[in-house]
Amino acid sequence: MAEKFYREAIRDALAEEMRRDPRVFVMGEDVAIYGGAYGATKGLVDEFGEERIRDTAISEAAIAGAAVGAAMAGMRPVAEIMYFDFMTIAMDQFVNQGAKNRYMFGGKTTVPMVLRTEGGAGRCIAAQHSQSLEAWFCHAPGVFVVAPATPYDAKGLLKTCIRDDNPILFVEHKMLYGVKGEVPDEEYTIPLGEAAVRREGDDVTLIAYSRMANRAEEAAGLLADDGIDAEVIDLRCLKPLDTRCILESVRKTGRVVLASEACENANFVCEVAMRVNEHAFDYLDAPIARVCAADVPVPMSPTLEDAAVPTADRIAEAARRLVGKV
Amino acid sequence: MAMLEAVKGKVGTKQEMAHLLKQMMCIRAFEDKVFELLARDILKGASHVYAGQEAVAVGAMSAITATDYITSTHRGHGHCLARGGDLKLMLAELCGKETGYCRGRGGSMHIADVSAGNLGATGIVGGNIPVGTGAGLAARMKNEGQVVLCFFGDGASNNGSFHESLNMAGVWRLPVVYICENNLYGMSVSVKRACAVQDIATRCSAYAMDGVVVDGQQVLDVQATVAAAVDRARKGDGPTLVEAKTYRYRGHSRSDPRAYRTKDEEATWHDRDPILLFRKLLADEGVMTAEEMDAVEAEVDREMAAAEKFTLEESEYPSGDAVLEDVYAGWIKGRYGLERL
Repeated sequence: MAEKFYREAIRDALAEEMRRDPRVFVMGEDVAIYGGAYGATKGLVDEFGEERIRDTAISEAAIAGAAVGAAMAGMRPVAEIMYFDFMTIAMDQFVNQGAKNRYMFGGKTTVPMVLRTEGGAGRCIAAQHSQSLEAWFCHAPGVFVVAPATPYDAKGLLKTCIRDDNPILFVEHKMLYGVKGEVPDEEYTIPLGEAAVRREGDDVTLIAYSRMANRAEEAAGLLADDGIDAEVIDLRCLKPLDTRCILESVRKTGRVVLASEACENANFVCEVAMRVNEHAFDYLDAPIARVCAADVPVPMSPTLEDAAVPTADRIAEAARRLVGKV
Repeated sequence: MAMLEAVKGKVGTKQEMAHLLKQMMCIRAFEDKVFELLARDILKGASHVYAGQEAVAVGAMSAITATDYITSTHRGHGHCLARGGDLKLMLAELCGKETGYCRGRGGSMHIADVSAGNLGATGIVGGNIPVGTGAGLAARMKNEGQVVLCFFGDGASNNGSFHESLNMAGVWRLPVVYICENNLYGMSVSVKRACAVQDIATRCSAYAMDGVVVDGQQVLDVQATVAAAVDRARKGDGPTLVEAKTYRYRGHSRSDPRAYRTKDEEATWHDRDPILLFRKLLADEGVMTAEEMDAVEAEVDREMAAAEKFTLEESEYPSGDAVLEDVYAGWIKGRYGLERL
């Protein structure tokens, strides 16, 4: 099987879906000749031209809102907001218009759009270019939120998102674009609402998503050295959430560590914890633990950035505490 | 790109003129009924009444075809009716009934009929300007000759979404006619106090498009001016910013005592009631007699009464059990979170 970079997997998903359906098009800042700030749309303009790979002005509200309108008028736009941090400018259009139109109009319309963005720390570009804001969108009825951690998942899920009729926020991670992984040549898609069990184990469940899913896998390796057998679940899709996969694991291990790169306060993983509480309380042998980013604007200096964001060590540490082996 | 002169309207056939008159009368009757039902607390929530602005919606809508798109505003009953909206389904929607256009989920500020090309009203000032722009982008990409009428008010023209959208349309030459209904007030704050320019259409020069100011109380002038802009859009000559000078007779919403407007100003604009102006024009031009026009009004009254009966006596409220439906396509909240339908 071929190994592809995460950014190539995304590019391939876009190209395949655009070949398959003439209604699909891409728009965003620097997506055409520049190929995307992180290379995820590189070369697409050569095959599809400037009508379908559209460079926009720096107008996040218009980018998101035009995607809403184009979707309601029969197209299937894949719009890009270059940094998760800029979603604030696009929020009204995406959340107040796009997310709500189907419900407000009595179910008589769909808004089949994908809004791709990327977040996360790791490049020392600080507070306004490093955020993880997925909780805000998980909180908005009408929006789906997808956050793949591997090239395989990125491609399969993006294809599904483009074919889906809901407004979907597709959250990439700036530190994952350069990560390589196996991607099949044959056509495949991954359904929404399905988590991936990356590693099976009996002692403790580590649940994470995006870059933290990879760090959770690393943590599982560290824990194995201590004789602790960790199960790792990569959520992949935050909304719809694969509650059943989570509950099945909790029933087995009785211990849960949740990891997320977003700030700790009101983090999305609190929702996961609540679902475990609601449906699997009797199976818990210890309180649910979370390892999240510090409640600070992401700092620039590398030492501060590393201190603010969860590491594999800290995830492993949290698991050891639950198992009583600190 | 330049400021153009408004196009002077010409009287059409009796049938066409009667249709325009009837639409304006429908809107006025509907809005009067809405105001009454609000006072009786039968109609709940917010309703922003279009009375006084009828000529803008009716004139503009008569310049497009069934396959074109419109986007509307929180003051959108006039747009919806002029777009062919059914009085019954509209009143039912405003009263939150299951039989309404949006099954009671949207109400006054979110009324829509997407299948008829009305992409909806919105409660966010300026919220639909990017959406209308996107519909224009779709129209351009589909290349079937569709255009978009994107309505908004003077207040919205000061919102960031206006700037981003018109710039995008100007750069991409999108087939959108932006129609600013300048009724001189954004809620209680006058254009004099809120806008850096008083003729909002002059903002066109910032967006590589033509601008035109038209008397929003003259339905045929609005029709002709918008038709010229629609023609340019269909030919591929890009967007236009049309500003219709108009006035809302009621307050911003029902609870507004209108302390920010003078009685003199209101009287001046009542003298320019678009329905009365059109009646006078049709009489002067010998197109319709007073009796014929009265007959239209009587027909409107009958249809309005039927809509009231339909809404208040023949329509149910939605069941509370249905509250979770249609948030998503293909999924619904279940016991373990969202589940596939």
